[in-house]
Amino acid sequence: MYVYSEYDQKIIEERVAQYRGQTERFLAGELSEDEFLVLRLQNGLYVQRHAPMLRIAIPHGMFNSQQMRKFAELSRTYDKGYAHFTTRQNLQLNWPKLEQVPNILEELASVQMHAIQTSGNCIRNTTSDQYAGVAKDEIVDPRPYCEIIRQWSTFHPEFALLGRKFKIAVSGSKQDRAAVQVHDVGLYLTHNAAGELGFKVYVGGGLGRTPVVAPLINEYVAERDILSYLEAVLRVYNRNGRRDNKYKARIKILVRAMTPEVFAAKVEKEWAELKDGPMTLPQQEIDRVKACFQPPAYEQLEEHNEAFLGKYETDNAFKIWVNQNVVTHKVPGYSIVNISLKNTSRAPGDVSAEDMDIIADLADQYSFSELRSTHAQNLVLADVKQSQLYELWQTLKSHQFATPNIGLLTDMICCPGGDFCALANAKSIPIAEQIQRRFDNLDYLHDLGEIELNISGCMNACGHHHVGNIGVLGVDKKGSEFYQISIGGSSKEDATIGKILGPSFDEDEVADVVEKIINVYVEQRTEGERFIDTTRRIGIDPFKERVYAKNN
Amino acid sequence: MRKIIKDKKIIDDSWVVLTEAQDPLPSGKLIVSVALWQSHKEQLLSHSDEIGVLLEPENEPAEIADDLAQFSLIAINFPKFADGRGYSSARELRTRHHYNKEIRAVGDVLRDQIYLMARCGFNAFAVREDRCINDALNAFNDFSVNYQADAVEQRPLYQTR
Repeated sequence: MYVYSEYDQKIIEERVAQYRGQTERFLAGELSEDEFLVLRLQNGLYVQRHAPMLRIAIPHGMFNSQQMRKFAELSRTYDKGYAHFTTRQNLQLNWPKLEQVPNILEELASVQMHAIQTSGNCIRNTTSDQYAGVAKDEIVDPRPYCEIIRQWSTFHPEFALLGRKFKIAVSGSKQDRAAVQVHDVGLYLTHNAAGELGFKVYVGGGLGRTPVVAPLINEYVAERDILSYLEAVLRVYNRNGRRDNKYKARIKILVRAMTPEVFAAKVEKEWAELKDGPMTLPQQEIDRVKACFQPPAYEQLEEHNEAFLGKYETDNAFKIWVNQNVVTHKVPGYSIVNISLKNTSRAPGDVSAEDMDIIADLADQYSFSELRSTHAQNLVLADVKQSQLYELWQTLKSHQFATPNIGLLTDMICCPGGDFCALANAKSIPIAEQIQRRFDNLDYLHDLGEIELNISGCMNACGHHHVGNIGVLGVDKKGSEFYQISIGGSSKEDATIGKILGPSFDEDEVADVVEKIINVYVEQRTEGERFIDTTRRIGIDPFKERVYAKNN
Repeated sequence: MRKIIKDKKIIDDSWVVLTEAQDPLPSGKLIVSVALWQSHKEQLLSHSDEIGVLLEPENEPAEIADDLAQFSLIAINFPKFADGRGYSSARELRTRHHYNKEIRAVGDVLRDQIYLMARCGFNAFAVREDRCINDALNAFNDFSVNYQADAVEQRPLYQTR
């Protein structure tokens, strides 16, 4: 993974000092609430329902065991002993004290971590594929480009106070695991006809109140030109994006208002001045960053390990876990292991300090000390020897990290919701738990196959409900919490916004409604047909009829 | 007299903002809006002292690009701290239009914007009068390294390291 240069380290240390000064001036009354709000948000500090929340950046979702132990230590010292992994691969502390945040940042800086631009109207953490560098379907490893974009976007002098937040995602594989098309800028690594590497550029996707799948703005931008192109996109947005209404301020609204063609032409004009200038990436720099993402010291192993196969054939529970939570690695004899953070004993994405230490040990023992966080709020050990899978599984199981549900109905994406978040209209964690409990029969879950269920506690859509195969949105009706259900969404390469079934449901009805939807699917599916494909084939009417039947 | 920061030093500000047309013009160095400049160009060109123009966030530098030689100062207004459009305006004036005289940040200007503003090409700062201008001078030392190219340093870090 990327290792800081002296410059990277200096910049984050100077940032700690700058933020410490800002905090001190706020506490001394030299900065108003409103002024400090803008400054603290640039550093990931929200003030939530009960306490501040600090969001720590995990650039492109990669971190190591030392950093994980630091998270554990911070959550013990400054928080209540747990933390939360988000859909943008970051980590949130829910109860830090505002005046202690500079100390937390100083501790983070000691392990090459920070909270820079994890909130606020600026360029946020660049996210990527949790299987980057190890996926079998990968065309090019996206991580070096994410890191190059991280550096370009960190304290960019011109784009620190945009009209609204700005999120970039990069994918380098055939399958999109980074929800690229629902980002402000989504990049797919690709080759042109001459075989040269570059990016397909999508601009203006996003969720929130106005969910939009991003239009393709440029078919091919060469790798050396990506920063000057992004600079042109951001300049057009910064100058022309709306500032009068925060709900109309995202770039998706601008692209839609201008039309993608006119937007692209404006970017092209801006780019003409920047292209081939000093922003052009030298091959030397690309190579320097790529060198930080060299594969670890893999051993030469057989494609199939005998001991592993023996266990796989004889221990059915192990077999189910391997089938669901383990992914084929591009290197023979190695596997990618998902650590499921989804079971009834925890809020989706939550990890206790004890668990963080355990996971850090597992990373040291089984996966070159490295970890990844995923868009679906799970963790990944990316380089595990097949011969060690059985042993690892047993340990994971004993800590409730081996629920074999990755990609299944109970592997829900879920925001913290009304239990924590000041923006939320409704709670989301109890809804997740309700569904977890209803669908606790593993055989049945496996029979249902791939279903993505996403829950958001409000329109801001942190739980990505619009792009869930089943989406649940918490709404407020006359002071009570209700839930609107949509189906048919997808965040993958076939990105689609789900369709709303109809009027919202009472809190205690949600699991019943999900069950009815699932029943329609089971009755209607053809052999091997996934839930999303059935909804696309038969449309929403059969589902609608079933869930509202009792009202007729 | 009001103090401002210019070229990293605290100086007395001798400019006057002219908010509406007057005949004859008051004496001294005058700052006018883009609209006033466009409607009274001839009168202003005959003024005996220097002329500056004030850009609001929605004003594009292109609107005054042909007249840049007439201005000894371009002030860019920040009605709100969090409105970042003026950063792009300054950068465009410096790097596209090669304007090399004073670019001044006015309005809701605090210590906390100055470091990045300077990188975008501002060299003068009318720090909000209720804030300590001496403290604001410290902002220039917030960072010693930057990743990106900017209006001052034309090469990004990866071209210079």
